[in-house]
Amino acid sequence: MRLLYFAWVKEKVGRASEDVAVPEHIATVAELIVWLKSRGPEFANAFEKQDVIRAAIDQSHVRHDTRIGGAREIAFFPPVTGG
Amino acid sequence: MIRVQQEDFDIGAEIAKLKADRTDIGAIVTFTGTVRDQDGAVEEMTLEHYPGMTERELSRIEAEAYARWPLQASLIVHRYGALKPGDNIVLVVTASEHRDAAFDAAKFLMDYLKTSAPFWKRESGPGGSHWVDASQSDTHAAARWRKTKHAAE
Repeated sequence: MRLLYFAWVKEKVGRASEDVAVPEHIATVAELIVWLKSRGPEFANAFEKQDVIRAAIDQSHVRHDTRIGGAREIAFFPPVTGG
Repeated sequence: MIRVQQEDFDIGAEIAKLKADRTDIGAIVTFTGTVRDQDGAVEEMTLEHYPGMTERELSRIEAEAYARWPLQASLIVHRYGALKPGDNIVLVVTASEHRDAAFDAAKFLMDYLKTSAPFWKRESGPGGSHWVDASQSDTHAAARWRKTKHAAE
């Protein structure tokens, strides 16, 4: 699965994207975040305020309780500030 | 139509293109968002975005505006990259037979764009640089349109 990070999430995890093998028991975006936090201090730091992080599956906004099955691309980012 | 680009845009040229060879349009509303400096604190603003999703979100928002108002034409142009105070950031143009639809649709497009298009602003100045925080008032402005839609149903 391809993971993408933007803005301060990207800066904190130290990469813009990566391909990861997500364990099969990870079912939702929220569970994926918990799993990511266990991967290292940079992830624990980036996802510390878990509720603030926004997610998109295959380029559509999703809530944290959304199931990730079948996703090709999941992105994590702060609340948007365009316009 | 939507465009995501680094280059600046020319508002007059965009309006001229939008109404070229058309005589059915009665009202054109434009909104331009520009980089604002607060007391010399901002020397540069960098806009990051999510290529692919940005275009999808802007198209989705635009389609929603067409579903709500009798629009004859519309355009959203959003810039990314390094910008200076005074530079253009975003342009929204809406055209309709009468002004109400054009005004309302332009405000709707901006309110929705602000809370759903994946852009992030980073400001730099003499005091260092920081990511701009999302604004509560923007979230409330977008939420108001959801209430309006329900009231109409």
